[in-house]
Amino acid sequence: MKKANIEEWSGILVYVECRKGKVHPVGRELIGEAWRLAEKLKTSVYAAAAGARLDDVSGQLADCPLEQLYLFETEDEYTPVVYEKIITGCIEMLKPAIVLIGGTHEGRALAPRLAVAFESGLTADCTSLEIDEEGNLIQIRPAFGGNVMASILTAQSRPQFATVRAGIMEPVTAGHFQKMAVVRRRMNVTDERVRILGMKETERGDSITDQKILVVAGRGVRKKGDLEMLRELAKLLGGGLASSRALVEKGWMSPGEQIGLSGNTVSPQYMITCGVSGTVQFMAGIKQTKNIIAINTDSRSRIFEIAHYPVCGDLYEIVPKMIERLKCKSFE
Amino acid sequence: MEPGKHFPRESGSSMKIAVCMKQVPAVSEGNMDPKTGVLLRAGMEAIVNVYDLAALEAALRMKESIDASIHVFTMGPSKAESVLREAFAMGADEGWLICDKAFAGADVLATSYTLMQAIRAVGDFDLILCGKQTTDGDTAQVSGGLARWMDIPHANWVTEVINISHKEINVRYNMENSTVTASMSLPCLVSVEKDFFIPRMPSLKLKISGKKKTVHVLTIEDLEDQDKKHYGLSGSATKVRKIFPPPRTKHQEPVTFDGDKAAEYILSQLSDVNLF
Repeated sequence: MKKANIEEWSGILVYVECRKGKVHPVGRELIGEAWRLAEKLKTSVYAAAAGARLDDVSGQLADCPLEQLYLFETEDEYTPVVYEKIITGCIEMLKPAIVLIGGTHEGRALAPRLAVAFESGLTADCTSLEIDEEGNLIQIRPAFGGNVMASILTAQSRPQFATVRAGIMEPVTAGHFQKMAVVRRRMNVTDERVRILGMKETERGDSITDQKILVVAGRGVRKKGDLEMLRELAKLLGGGLASSRALVEKGWMSPGEQIGLSGNTVSPQYMITCGVSGTVQFMAGIKQTKNIIAINTDSRSRIFEIAHYPVCGDLYEIVPKMIERLKCKSFE
Repeated sequence: MEPGKHFPRESGSSMKIAVCMKQVPAVSEGNMDPKTGVLLRAGMEAIVNVYDLAALEAALRMKESIDASIHVFTMGPSKAESVLREAFAMGADEGWLICDKAFAGADVLATSYTLMQAIRAVGDFDLILCGKQTTDGDTAQVSGGLARWMDIPHANWVTEVINISHKEINVRYNMENSTVTASMSLPCLVSVEKDFFIPRMPSLKLKISGKKKTVHVLTIEDLEDQDKKHYGLSGSATKVRKIFPPPRTKHQEPVTFDGDKAAEYILSQLSDVNLF
C-alpha cells in the first residue's frame, strides 16, 4: 500500500464504459451515485471514456452533472493493458479521491490493474456507498457468501477504487446542470503483447436477462435431476430457468444461468423462486423485479422479506401441482 | 547429425506454468451470530475453491500438448497443504505453500502482491493460471492485480485455449455481449471460466505418489521483499471497518397452503401473463 497525502486528492472520477460508441447503462448509474456523493463532499464529478468510436458519447451524457468529460480515442478494441495505461494517465492528471468503475466484464478486468498501479484499495461489487465524517468513502458489500455485510474503508491511500454492478445504483436523471467541458484526445497507446484477433456478438434471446418470466432454483432443490421439473414449469409458463449461486457451485447450473451479485442482474416481469433462501448477494441481482413469488419451507427465510407473494410450502408439493394445472389448462 | 542436434532444444525450454489455488470454507454462505456479530466459521470443512480446479485442469490440458511443468501455489495456513495434495493427485508437478503469519488478513492488493513475490521467488514462469474467483472472497479481482504486479498482460473469463506455443497463447474469452479471440505473448496470466475446463478425477496412482511428494513452504524469508509492512493486514489498503447483519426489511407475512391450493394461488398471480 502506498500512503497518500490525502489532501492532494479530490473529486470523483467515473469510468464510463463504451461499446461501439454506446455508453453502457452502468455509466449513468455511477454518475448518479457519484453526484450524490459529490454533494456530500462538496466536490466535482469527472468522467472518462476510452474507445474507438466516441463521437456520440458527449451527446449521450449531455444531461449529466459532470465538470469534465474526457474522451480518449484509441485505435484498438478494449484490452485491459491499454486501457490501464490510458486511465492511469487520466488519474495521475486529475488526482481524484474516488474512482468508480462498472462491475462489468470490462470493468472488473481493468479495476484491479488500476488499483495495483496506484497501490491503493479496491472494493469489488459494492452494493452501497457512503461518506464518513472524515470524507472517506464507505464501501459496503456482502461478505462471506452474502449473509453478512461488510463496510470497508480505504483510509490511507488514494484513489479509493470501487466497482459497482449494473442495476444497483439509481441512474442520474436529466437536470439543468452547468454545461460540462469535453476534453477529447487522440491516444497512440498500444501494447504489442496483446492482439485482438476477432470479436463475435453473442446471440441474444435465450439469456436469463431477456426472459419475462423466470423460475429460479435454489438450494432447496435436492438433486440435479429435480431441475427437470422446474425446467418443465418454466417452459409451460413460457419463461426460463435460472438459479442461485449454490447450484452453480455444485455444477448443476451454468454461470450464465446464475442470478446475483456474482452472477447476473435480472428484471423479469415475474419471478418464481423455488427453495431460494435469499442471501444478500442473490437479492442484489433481483432488485428491479416487479413480481416475486417465493416458495420456501422456512417461514423465516430472507427471500420472504422482499417477495411480493411469499408462499410457505414445499416446492416438491407445489411445483408438480402447478405443472398439472398448467397442462390441464392447455387441453381446455 | 543426430535429430536432436538439428533442432537443438534450448536448455530450460520446458514451459513453466504457475497455477494459483485457494482453500475455502466448504459452505460459501457463512452465517453470523446475530447477537455477537461473530462469524460462525469454526468447524467448517475446508475445500479447494471449485473455480481453481478449472485453472489446474487448463494447465494439465496444456501439458498434454506442450512440454511443461506445473507448479501450484496456495496461500493459507498449514492445513492448506491439502490443496497441494489434491493438485498432485490430478497431475501437478510441484506444490508451493505460501504460509506465514505475516500474510494473514490480506486484501486484493496485498494478496496479489504476496502471490507475485512468491511466484518470482520460485522462478520465471511463462504462464500463470487462475480461477475466475473464489467462493469466499467472491471478488474476481486478485488475478488482474497479480498480472499488474508481474507487469504482464492478462485475460479474464477465458472459455477456450485455442493454442499455445513457447512464445504466445491464443485464447477465447467472454465479454458481456461478445466473444473475443486474442493472442497474448508470454509471459501472461489467464483466468478461466470453470464450466469449460471440467476438472479430471484424481488418479489413485498420482494420489499415492503425491503423498510422498515434498510440499515446498514459502515464508516471508524466502521472498525478495521481506518487509512485513507490505503483507497481510498491514499491507492492505482496504480495512474492514465493521461487519453487520444485512438490514432487515419489513417482513411480509407468508401464506401457507397445501400443494394444490398453493399452485392455484401462484398461478392466479400470473394473471396478466398470456400463457397460451
